[in-house]
Amino acid sequence: MTHTPHDTQDEPLDDAEVALLRADFPILEQEVSGEPLAYLDSGATAQRPRSVLDAERRFLETDNSAVHRGAHTLAALATEAFEEARETVARFVGAQPAQVVWTANATDAINLVAHGLTAATLGRGGEAARRFALRPGDEIVVTEAEHHANLVPWQEVAASTGAVLRVVPVDDDGVWTLADAAAVVGERTRVLAFAHVSNVTGLVAPVEELVALAHGVGALVVLDACQSVPHRPVDVTALGVDFAAFSGHKMLGPTGIGVLVGRSELLDALPAFRTGGSMITTVTLQTAEYLPAPQRFEAGTQPVSQAVALAEAVRYLEAVGMDRVREHEEALAERLVTGLGALPGVRVVGPPAGVARSGLASFVVEGVHAHDVGQYLDAQGLAVRVGHHCAQPLHRRLGVAATTRASTYLYTTTGEVDRLLAGVAGVRAYFGAEAVA
Amino acid sequence: MSASLDSLYQQVILDHAKARHGDGELPHADAEHHERNPTCGDEITVRVALEPGTDRVAELRWQGAGCSISMASASVLADLAPGRTLGEITGLVGEFREMMRSRGAGEPDDERLGDAVAFHGVSKFVMRVKCGMLSWVALEACATELAAA
Repeated sequence: MTHTPHDTQDEPLDDAEVALLRADFPILEQEVSGEPLAYLDSGATAQRPRSVLDAERRFLETDNSAVHRGAHTLAALATEAFEEARETVARFVGAQPAQVVWTANATDAINLVAHGLTAATLGRGGEAARRFALRPGDEIVVTEAEHHANLVPWQEVAASTGAVLRVVPVDDDGVWTLADAAAVVGERTRVLAFAHVSNVTGLVAPVEELVALAHGVGALVVLDACQSVPHRPVDVTALGVDFAAFSGHKMLGPTGIGVLVGRSELLDALPAFRTGGSMITTVTLQTAEYLPAPQRFEAGTQPVSQAVALAEAVRYLEAVGMDRVREHEEALAERLVTGLGALPGVRVVGPPAGVARSGLASFVVEGVHAHDVGQYLDAQGLAVRVGHHCAQPLHRRLGVAATTRASTYLYTTTGEVDRLLAGVAGVRAYFGAEAVA
Repeated sequence: MSASLDSLYQQVILDHAKARHGDGELPHADAEHHERNPTCGDEITVRVALEPGTDRVAELRWQGAGCSISMASASVLADLAPGRTLGEITGLVGEFREMMRSRGAGEPDDERLGDAVAFHGVSKFVMRVKCGMLSWVALEACATELAAA
C-alpha cells in the first residue's frame, strides 16, 4: 500500500486519511455521467486497491504454477504462496489454517456444508459423519431476512432429507431478535443458519447468544459472514460458530474465491461434496480414500492467484485496522439513515436510527420504483444497488418488490453520502411522485 | 438533470407510467400470459380478448408492478393492440423488439409504433431493455397461443 496508516491506528478514520486510502483505488478516480464516481455498492462487490491487483500480477509473472504437485521450483513457490495465503486469511478471522477451505465464493461455501449434510444423511462419510445425518422431522432454522445463498441450499437439504425448514420471522422493519430465534429453535433443531450482518437491513445479529441457543439444543451454527468479515473484526473462534462463509470480492479481493471456515472436528467428519483430483490419497477403479480437511474439500484446480491476492487484501485491511473500518462505516450509516429518514416520502428499512447497523441503508422512495431511483442517481455519478438484493422473501415481507441500497466501505467519504442524500431528495420531483403520494 | 437521463425518461413515458392505460382485470379474456424479470422482481400479467369470431384484438388489459419503463410500455401497448390481427400483433412486437435492440441507432417509424417510439431512447440503456420488453413479450406469447388454438 502507498500510505502509512500505522501511526494513526488509534485515531478514527478521518477525511484526510480516507482521501489517502482512495488514492490506492484507481477505479475510484473516474467520472461517471460527467460527475466524480461515488461508488456506494461495495455491499455487492468491493473495489480493489492497487496492492491487491499488483500482488496477483506479481504472482502470475513470477510464481504461477500448479500447487501441491510437481517437483520444480515454481511449483514449490506457488504452493508456498497458496498456503501462506491460507494462513493469512485464517489469522484474520481467528482460525487455524487447517480450518480454512477455499471455495469459489460464499454461496459455494454454504453449499459445501449443506450438501455435506445431505451426503451424511445418505450414509456417506462413514461413522464420523453420522453426527450430520438428518432424520425426517429434524429442523433447519433460517431467518426471513436471509440472502438466497443462505436459504435455497437449505431448502434443497430439507427436500432431500425430509428435514423441515423453519423460519425466524422479521418485523415490519425487517428486524429479528434473539427472542424471535429462541421461539423457533427447539429440540429438533439441527442447524441454525443466519447472516451475521444482513445485506439488506444492515442488522447485526447477536452471534454469541445465538450460538449458545443453538448449541444448547445440539444444533450446528452456520454463519453467513459475507457482510461482516469485510467490514468489522470477526473472530470465528471467539464467536463459537461451527461454520462461517465469506467472499473474497466483498473484502477488497478478487472474484472467484470464497472461504469456508469450520471447526476442525467438524471439517474432519463432514463428507466431501465435490470429489475428483487433488482431494484424494489412494484411488482404485472402484473406491477412493480422501485427504484430511481442508484439502478434502478442494477438488480440482484451485483459485491460486486469487488466494494470493485475497491475502494481500487482508493485509491491507489489517493495516487500516478493522475496528476503524467498522467505526467509519457505522458513522456513515448513521448519517445515511438520519439523512434519508428526514426526506419526505423516503422510508429506510432495517434498524431505526440510533440502533447499531452495519454501513449500509436500503430504502424505498414512495411512488418511484427502485430501478428508476437507481437510474436517476446514476446520472449523477452515484452507483447504488437496486432490486431485491437476493432476498425476495424479506422484500415480500416488507411489502415491496425492490429497494434501493447504498453501501459503504473504508474508502467512502461523508461527502459521497451527502451527495447521495441530495440526489435522493430530487427523485420524487423528477418522476412526478410528489403529487401522487 | 442530464440530457441522457431525459432521453430515457421522455415525457411520454413518464405520463404513461402515471396514467397507466389498460391497467386492470379483463374478465373473459381469451388468453393471458405472465412475465417476470427476475433481476428486479418486476412482473406483469397481460390479458387479451378477441373480437368474437375473429383473430382481431378487441381489448388488452394488464396487471403488474414494476419500474416506470415497464409500466409505461404496458400502458402504450394497451393503446396500440386493439384493432390489430394476431399476425399484425406479432409483426408489431417484432418491430418494437428491433427498435429496443438498436442501441439508439436508426429512426423508428412513428406511423407504425405510435407512442412506442418514445422507447427508442431506452434502447441505449441495455440494462433497461428488458423492462421495456416485459409486457410485449407477454403479449407475443398470448398471440402465439391464440394463433395455435
